[in-house]
Amino acid sequence: MGKNKINQLSLSHHFIINQIKTMQYKVPVMSDLVAEGKTPDVIFWVGCAGSFDQRAQRVTIAFTKILNQLNINFAVLGTEEACTGDPARRAGNEFVFQMLAQQNIATMNTYGVKKIITTCPHCFNTIKNEYPALGGNYEVLHHSTYLQGLINDGKLKVEGGAFKGKRITYHDSCYLGRANEIYEAPRSVIEALDADLIEINKCRTTGLCCGAGGGQMFKEDEPGNKRINVERTEQLIEVYPDVIAVACPFCNTMITDGVKGENKQDDVKVLDIAELVAQANSY
Amino acid sequence: MSFLTIVQIILFIGLVGASFFVAFRKFKEIYDNIMLGKPEHINTTLGFRIKNMLLIALGQKKMFKLTFAALLHMVIYVSFVITQIELIEIFIDGLVGSHRILYHAFENIPFLHTLYVVVINFIEVLSLLTFFVTILFILRRTTFKVERFQKPELKGWPWRDALTILAFELILISFIFLMNGADSALHIKEHGEGYGFILSGFFGSMLTGLPNLSLELLEKLGWWGHLCMVMTFLVYLPYSKHLHIMLAFPNTFFSRPEAKGEIHNMPAIQHEVQSMLDPSFVVPATDGEIKFGAKDVYDLSWKSLLDAYTCTECGRCTAACPANQTGKKLSPRKIMMDTRDRMEDISKGKKEHGPDFADNKSLLGDYITGEELRACTTCNACVEECPVNISPLSIIIELRRNLIMEASDSPTEWNNIFANLENNQAPWQFSPSDRLNWTEELN
Ligand code: SF4
Ligand code: SF4
Repeated sequence: MGKNKINQLSLSHHFIINQIKTMQYKVPVMSDLVAEGKTPDVIFWVGCAGSFDQRAQRVTIAFTKILNQLNINFAVLGTEEACTGDPARRAGNEFVFQMLAQQNIATMNTYGVKKIITTCPHCFNTIKNEYPALGGNYEVLHHSTYLQGLINDGKLKVEGGAFKGKRITYHDSCYLGRANEIYEAPRSVIEALDADLIEINKCRTTGLCCGAGGGQMFKEDEPGNKRINVERTEQLIEVYPDVIAVACPFCNTMITDGVKGENKQDDVKVLDIAELVAQANSY
Repeated sequence: MSFLTIVQIILFIGLVGASFFVAFRKFKEIYDNIMLGKPEHINTTLGFRIKNMLLIALGQKKMFKLTFAALLHMVIYVSFVITQIELIEIFIDGLVGSHRILYHAFENIPFLHTLYVVVINFIEVLSLLTFFVTILFILRRTTFKVERFQKPELKGWPWRDALTILAFELILISFIFLMNGADSALHIKEHGEGYGFILSGFFGSMLTGLPNLSLELLEKLGWWGHLCMVMTFLVYLPYSKHLHIMLAFPNTFFSRPEAKGEIHNMPAIQHEVQSMLDPSFVVPATDGEIKFGAKDVYDLSWKSLLDAYTCTECGRCTAACPANQTGKKLSPRKIMMDTRDRMEDISKGKKEHGPDFADNKSLLGDYITGEELRACTTCNACVEECPVNISPLSIIIELRRNLIMEASDSPTEWNNIFANLENNQAPWQFSPSDRLNWTEELN
């Protein structure tokens, strides 16, 4: 039911702002800009999931559209971006972490990067909290905080659009929430959609992990009686949401799998907050 | 001074002196154990430290995530602290052989007299409340089966420890009422009225039928019983999870300031890699031999060791742990208990076999297994929940580092991502040149 309604609504909406849609989206690459003698204001740090994972790529695209629509002077590092090293460090392999981190810092320091925005809480945490010890000092924002700022400043107008009055619940990412105490920014983006933000019992500081962190994403679970993403998805769908909003590519994968496992994919969409904004505005 | 009084003074000094001596020795051993940990600089201001200590240890701010448990715990805690005031008088009486020296000293000073009576009444009311709360706590562990108290790591000694202290509490409070009740009865018989203690005065009024000698004996029994319980508690404390009533203060004082998501850097490996990437870089001589995380307790930071001795075994961490909730072997509380047990086992070994004692055991492997460590998602739920600011995650990460880099004990999938990260700079097998492929779908 949820899906059809969203489609119907967004179809009519779609029609009104069709002109905006014809915009030609661009992705400036840092090395090209430098060759042209230009400097971007911010680097959009895409991350490995955002670059390679099919589901996360859609989030990357949504966020790129927002940046384009707002005429933000941004660039990506493109092929010069390497994994931040988060999974290696958390799995315990400090050598691999150091190699990746130092390589990234060298790249960014050469370009004189000052400000970074990323759609991945893991990249955000590592660059913000762990790169300074290695000589990488930047202003780092997660896209939830960045979007919240744009909305508050009136630069980004969010049309309620397809999500007006929808039941949206938010799943806190550990690396945004407990790790960096960002709880309100993603929520304020959802609220800007005129949606019905429904909190589940285990949210904010008590939010349950999706099961992907600490390198778990890349290996089988240890023996147990349940998968963590199943447990978390059950908690989330208990409030009958139309949409489960996430702000992390790994949570996105884990919860999407969980929803499929419950056979609820037709009723519950799992969407990143960047996708919510882009879809609401029919970008 | 009668012969009996002198005997009592000697007994008192002997008992208190011996208790303090034994307790001090054990506290010193714990301090030495903690100091054997690796240095860690905790970069915080005095203001930050005091604020954390006042809010979290004294104010028990984080306890209040579970309001009901926090309120019950607060009753016991406040009563414990307040009862110590009565101990001042007991100590003076014990040392000089007097009887209720403060009461008599204040008797003719109206303000102080009233204060004395009010304080004792306060202690008695709290003690009675504590008595009921203690019974509730015993029921919570034995009858209501609260889930976090049913985990395997609480079997055996930790279980007995928890119940022992609760039993201590009941006995201690009974002695207080016995002492004050019998004393009130004597006072009533002598002066026609009690001291003004409402609760024990009421008990006392029921005891006035007993002969004076019995009442005096009962009063003495209560007094000595109270003192003996306090001294037993002091000696027992450093072996028990109840050590947290003391260590919660330094542990919160030394709270780490970093964002919870930050994992500590390893400068030696940083420099090693730096010299690989830039041959002109000279590795600082101070780095010494590279240590690959922690294999045993003394490879951990002193703060992690202090954490371990501070753990209250409350299991809030374990209840919040996603791995534990889904039936994995990992329990962050067990990580803390194992760390403490390991330190205690080493101390015991040293005492029995001399300072060079070494068994062929280590924290990693013999106490904590790779399976437990690998289950952690680094979600920080345990750190968030802990009422005394312990980080089980710090220990998990240090042990994992050893497991992966030293023992090369890594699941195949992880070895694959390490190889991918080294070769393609991404955890998956995609070529770095494909990093911008997503842009093809943009328009
Ligand atoms: S950080 Fe690890 S041990 Fe702590 S709660 Fe999360 S999964 Fe459990
Ligand atoms: S680590 Fe903290 S939360 Fe966990 S059992 Fe110990 S005191 Fe309780």
